[in-house]
Amino acid sequence: MTMILSDIIPIAIVGLFLFVIIRAGREPLWEEAYRRLGSNRQTMAAIVVMSLFIAIGILDSITVSVSNSGKPQTIVDVMFRGIPQERTYSEPMGTVTVGEPHPHELKHKHIFGTDGVGRDVFYNMLKGCRTAIIIGCLTQLIAMPVALVLGMLAGYFGKLTDDLIQYAYTVLDSIPGVLLLIVIITVLSLKGQERGLLQICTALGVTSWVQLCRLVRGETLKHRDRDYVRAARALGVSHGRILLRHILPNLLPILIITATLGVSGNIISETILTYLGVGVPPDIGSWGNMIDSARMELARQPVIWWNFSVASLAVLILVLCINIFGDALRDAVDPRLRS
Amino acid sequence: MLWYVARRILYSIPILIGVTLFTFLLFFVSVTPQQMARHNLSARNPKPAQIKAWVKQHGYDKPKVVQFVDYTKSLFTFQFGKSDATGQDISDRLRHGILPSTELGVIMFTASLITNVFFAVYFAYYRGTYVDNWGRLLCVVVMSITTPVFIIAGQYIFGIILKLWPIAGYHIGMTSWKFVFLPALIGVISGFGGSVRLYRTFILEEINQDYVRTARAKGVPEGRTLFLHVLKNAAIPFITSIVLSIPFLITGSLLYESFFGIPGIGNITVEAVQGQDFATIRAVTFFYTILYVIGAIMTDIAYAAADPRIRLE
Amino acid sequence: MPSATLSTRAYEASPNVGQASLPVTHIKMPDVLLQLEDLKTYFTVEGGPARAVDGVSFTVEQGKTLAIVGESGCGKSMTGLSILQLVPEPAGYIDGGKVLFEGKDLLDSTWEQMREIRGKDIAMIFQEPMTSLNPVRTIGWQLVEAMEVHGTARGAEARKRAMDSLDRVGLSGPDVVMRQYPHELSGGMRQRVMIAMALSNRPKLLIADEPTTALDVTVQAQILALIRELQQETGMSVLLITHDLGIVAEVSDSVAVMYAGQVVESASTLDLFKSPMHPYTQGLFASIPSRSRRGQDLLTLDGIVPPATAWPSGCRFEPRCRHAWGTCKSVAPKAAPKGADRPVRCHLYDPDIADRPSTSAAPTAEVLP
Repeated sequence: MTMILSDIIPIAIVGLFLFVIIRAGREPLWEEAYRRLGSNRQTMAAIVVMSLFIAIGILDSITVSVSNSGKPQTIVDVMFRGIPQERTYSEPMGTVTVGEPHPHELKHKHIFGTDGVGRDVFYNMLKGCRTAIIIGCLTQLIAMPVALVLGMLAGYFGKLTDDLIQYAYTVLDSIPGVLLLIVIITVLSLKGQERGLLQICTALGVTSWVQLCRLVRGETLKHRDRDYVRAARALGVSHGRILLRHILPNLLPILIITATLGVSGNIISETILTYLGVGVPPDIGSWGNMIDSARMELARQPVIWWNFSVASLAVLILVLCINIFGDALRDAVDPRLRS
Repeated sequence: MLWYVARRILYSIPILIGVTLFTFLLFFVSVTPQQMARHNLSARNPKPAQIKAWVKQHGYDKPKVVQFVDYTKSLFTFQFGKSDATGQDISDRLRHGILPSTELGVIMFTASLITNVFFAVYFAYYRGTYVDNWGRLLCVVVMSITTPVFIIAGQYIFGIILKLWPIAGYHIGMTSWKFVFLPALIGVISGFGGSVRLYRTFILEEINQDYVRTARAKGVPEGRTLFLHVLKNAAIPFITSIVLSIPFLITGSLLYESFFGIPGIGNITVEAVQGQDFATIRAVTFFYTILYVIGAIMTDIAYAAADPRIRLE
Repeated sequence: MPSATLSTRAYEASPNVGQASLPVTHIKMPDVLLQLEDLKTYFTVEGGPARAVDGVSFTVEQGKTLAIVGESGCGKSMTGLSILQLVPEPAGYIDGGKVLFEGKDLLDSTWEQMREIRGKDIAMIFQEPMTSLNPVRTIGWQLVEAMEVHGTARGAEARKRAMDSLDRVGLSGPDVVMRQYPHELSGGMRQRVMIAMALSNRPKLLIADEPTTALDVTVQAQILALIRELQQETGMSVLLITHDLGIVAEVSDSVAVMYAGQVVESASTLDLFKSPMHPYTQGLFASIPSRSRRGQDLLTLDGIVPPATAWPSGCRFEPRCRHAWGTCKSVAPKAAPKGADRPVRCHLYDPDIADRPSTSAAPTAEVLP
């Protein structure tokens, strides 16, 4: 098994999230939260489905061999080796191609049909999982440290530091998000960098840290004036230690919940960016691309609806599960909802 | 109160300056003129002479400070220059785009607001019942469907299958509403989830407050409590959330106008992005930023008007 | 002599209308205005129902003040809210019992009937004046509302009455106050506004839930004096909920001591202070710092109140009681045993309990037969 660097990233991301979740589980606050989560069937179903998507994403990250044309083959590719590429579109469970002057026989059954170049739609959807998860999670990993550090500094030290940081993010925030995204991605591509997942994640991260930062700053302000911080200062504890060991643990619940809900927002943003033309390039499979191609497909005769439907459903299900999970997590951790 | 307004407007000036500086750094400093020229010239491998000529023609060879001053001046006087791609006058194009954009934007915003507030009050009033629970589930599902899906599916269902409204295009004048109706409808449907949940939370937060208990102890009927006590207080976070919805309006204008062929500013923007027309992108970015800043100021003023505790500071 | 407004309305509302009539102005004997019988208010929480109010009974006589005393969590506030059926839903609900107001059970009333009673026949003021007033409405608007929703007065008439009531509760410059917002007033002023609002429609009963707890001591005295004055002026009854024995001594005619959701002792204020009978009441009095015990350790009651989801099956005070013995753990004491001249929820005064120890529990001798 040869693992390339880009393969390690998704696995590392997922591993990091798992680590945080398990580590947090040791805290009594989270123990009770997890118990509450586990008792709700809807939430458990959402978690199971989410894990399915994540598992597919990981499977798609592990390179197993190299194909004839030199492209790396992942586990997912290997699973679909038996399903050949057709000439062009075909209906789900169909027997012939559609949209051609003369329909041709299909070489194999395709559950969800095939797309314009004859690729199995189910295969496309599975390939899109990895893209969605990377965009969702990597963006948060880029945005969170920035938001955390700046937010804590601004909230804790106040005065000039606070003014500067607030000025910085107000300026950034005044430029409407989608435009800033477009500008950053366009600038990056002009500098010669191929538009890839990393560029999009960076752009999304730069535009989304502000909301998180505001939250962190607000919470830090709340805790800075609490008596336990004053007590620590009176004991001579250094600022850094207070920030790290007192304030940060109190920020974690709200941080984790907002970050989780941000993942689903990023997945949706990817579809919008691709739709506008500055998203994931077509050679990297993504659900956004599948939805975007539907623009033309739905206008054809006969109507090609399966590509669009499968991708839309995939986005809907994954985002819905993340939202349900995030909401349930928020309710479970909320101290007011406790007896 | 007047002093509050003045202070608010004054604070926006350094923000605008900051934005100008930041966009300048993005546009002019991070990308070298050579890279821009190389990109805009149609030839595969442009000769150095061609590059130099293009750079000089578009004024990218002057020293950075001079460029910054020129840039700032042109922005604040709304003289955006000529498009990098087509050579057309940008300000002129923007002027023509304002009317369609405003029409679509205002209709979508107002319709969304009324719908969302109505359902938020409805779900809050029936909280805990199956109406509320199914309503909330519906909201989460609608929230999880991405806007392009709504647009593509909506246009397909309403325009092609049901043939109810024109699917694209625009005419200035009395019949323009016909073209705006479908995108506005889809916009209201797609924007349903998140806002309804948020407003419902605002209302429920207020319902649990002490003064509501006092009102009930006074014998105030439930309906009056809801409308004259709860909603007036819920208006405060509601107004502040309006500011947050402005960026969504702008994203919306990009998506809806480009798909439905409405020649507004959003459409101009998308064309500029696809054509990598930097000059237009700069102009549009500034334009939308000004819009956002003005919107934020107006929202702050409305917020002060609604909350007497702020007014007297 | 009770005022005309009270007596006419009471007469018309009472179930005795149509029977042999007494001249209304004749009423001088103590008349029961409010009677609670075995009231139960529970909350649905994780781990079972929390029995916040678990079989509470007491009586409030016309023109008199009854104080309900207890520590935090004993259910006294919830009792007050239950009378007006303002228990926080959906978790809270009234599980049983009777709330007899002028002879009629309020728990049988429809929502609309209750709404008419609230703010008109029974009024309530709360502990936190900071948050109990609507922050975005002027004082005048809120006062006028109290009258308009019951049709007592409208428009200019209501505004005039509102200003008069502000004056009556001791707020100077009432015309200015009418136009102000709650956050512009101090805590004491806000509580006076609350009182003015509660009294707008001349209620027969005022429920005051810890009205002075959030106020400074000097303001406390003023507010209490004001309530007392207004009571004498209008002849209304007051149900005062508090944790402060000092307040009880100052303003109440009779007392009911609550612990763990039940009334453990009730008596006239004089009798209770002269000879507290229940060990809990004795503990309360003993833990008041006193000059006579200068230099000695402050007395405390060991232990804490058990959680409302798991009241002990025997006496609820048993874990903390100095006099407890075997039976106390297993058998719940009766609310009003034969061996005492007032309701005391304690086996020490119950001659039917076999293995009672012979030592007396109370400081005075008039306890055991």
